[in-house]
Amino acid sequence: MDLPLPEILSAGHLYALTGAVLVGLGLYAFITLRHPLRQLLAVNVVGAGIFLILGSLGRGPEATDPLPQALVITGIVVAVALTAFGAAIIVRLAETRAAAKPADDDNARPEP
Amino acid sequence: MTLAFDLILCLMILGTAGIALFVRDALAAIAFFIAFGNLLGLAWLSLDAVNVAMAEIAIGAGVTGVLLILARARLLALGDDAASAATPLWLRLGALAACAGFVVLLAAAVLSIPPESGLDRVVAPLMPGLGIENRVTGVLLAFRAYDTLLETFVLLGALVAVWSLAPAGAWPGRPADPGMADAPMRRVAGTFSQLLLPVALVMAAYLVWAGSDLPGGAFQAGTVLAGGLFVAAMGGAIGLPSSDRPLLRAALVLGPAVFLAVGLAGVAAGGFLVYPEGMAKTLIVTIEYTLALSIGVTLALLVAGTPVPGAAGPNPDGKG
Repeated sequence: MDLPLPEILSAGHLYALTGAVLVGLGLYAFITLRHPLRQLLAVNVVGAGIFLILGSLGRGPEATDPLPQALVITGIVVAVALTAFGAAIIVRLAETRAAAKPADDDNARPEP
Repeated sequence: MTLAFDLILCLMILGTAGIALFVRDALAAIAFFIAFGNLLGLAWLSLDAVNVAMAEIAIGAGVTGVLLILARARLLALGDDAASAATPLWLRLGALAACAGFVVLLAAAVLSIPPESGLDRVVAPLMPGLGIENRVTGVLLAFRAYDTLLETFVLLGALVAVWSLAPAGAWPGRPADPGMADAPMRRVAGTFSQLLLPVALVMAAYLVWAGSDLPGGAFQAGTVLAGGLFVAAMGGAIGLPSSDRPLLRAALVLGPAVFLAVGLAGVAAGGFLVYPEGMAKTLIVTIEYTLALSIGVTLALLVAGTPVPGAAGPNPDGKG
């Protein structure tokens, strides 16, 4: 904790700290934003922060640890799968709500 | 990389993330999210993690960005502009205090761990036995193949979940046609995709092949393939296939099925997902090629979304 500043920064901690702030920003946005699509975006920012912490703590002086790299690639793919499912649920929910409204708008299905 | 570059990059990452989260207009938010993903890719480059940089830019920024833009367009067509309503002040203050406290704890935890690449020294001597040089591919396809196998099934499961949201009467159908409504633009996209699709195929094949020894691999290649397929669908060069086409389903499960079959065959060589001596590279490249195809088709269909009633393709031929 009481490392001198240049040592912290050169040691790959800089990106890990950026990741920690990203997690905080994303959490704050997830709590305060009121639209599900924006919350989905916030979840992605939290995820990106976690990946950055995980990957940058494997940054040694000579090489970057391949195991966290592989885990992060796996995580990125799982995150996109989650985002796709979340986006599909959000759109489907909006369609159901639009269809349930009184018939002032017949064409409830989205145009591509 | 110099310290100044790293510092500026980190500030830009935090800035774009802040704008992406808190700007009012949803489209601007998504645009900044894509910029954020690309800057994050640069950060991974700076951390000497080229494989992750490619995955982050292609999947984290590219595919996720397109997904969000499409979802926002569909919501807009339903009269929802995806702007967030105001939240009460007490909630914002409380969340600010809680999140700030959490960041301080997390930062303290992060600073207590010295960054080091200890496992690199463990993985490096094992690589000659596999016959490939990209250590990340080695971890993904050999040392931690369990994770990757399950991940491919997660991707497949996500597509099944997205499909299961199809409204009554829409199954088995096609997703909404992503083609551009404007006829001249559609022709431009169609012509461009006819040029792009062969290039994307070659590039995907190269990325898998190069991924054995250089940065690259099945996931990056699959994303390139998905991008080519989706641009072709936007231009009407190929139609999105109906969800029950046997060829399509074969393409979706080919990669995970081959991976699983190789893993089970490994039981004869000593255990689940064990590659026989001397055959590791052949098996890894075979798995990666089939995976790249399945990942490409799965990602393209994940972006296209849930089948909708009455959606017709611009031509009867699906992709395959």
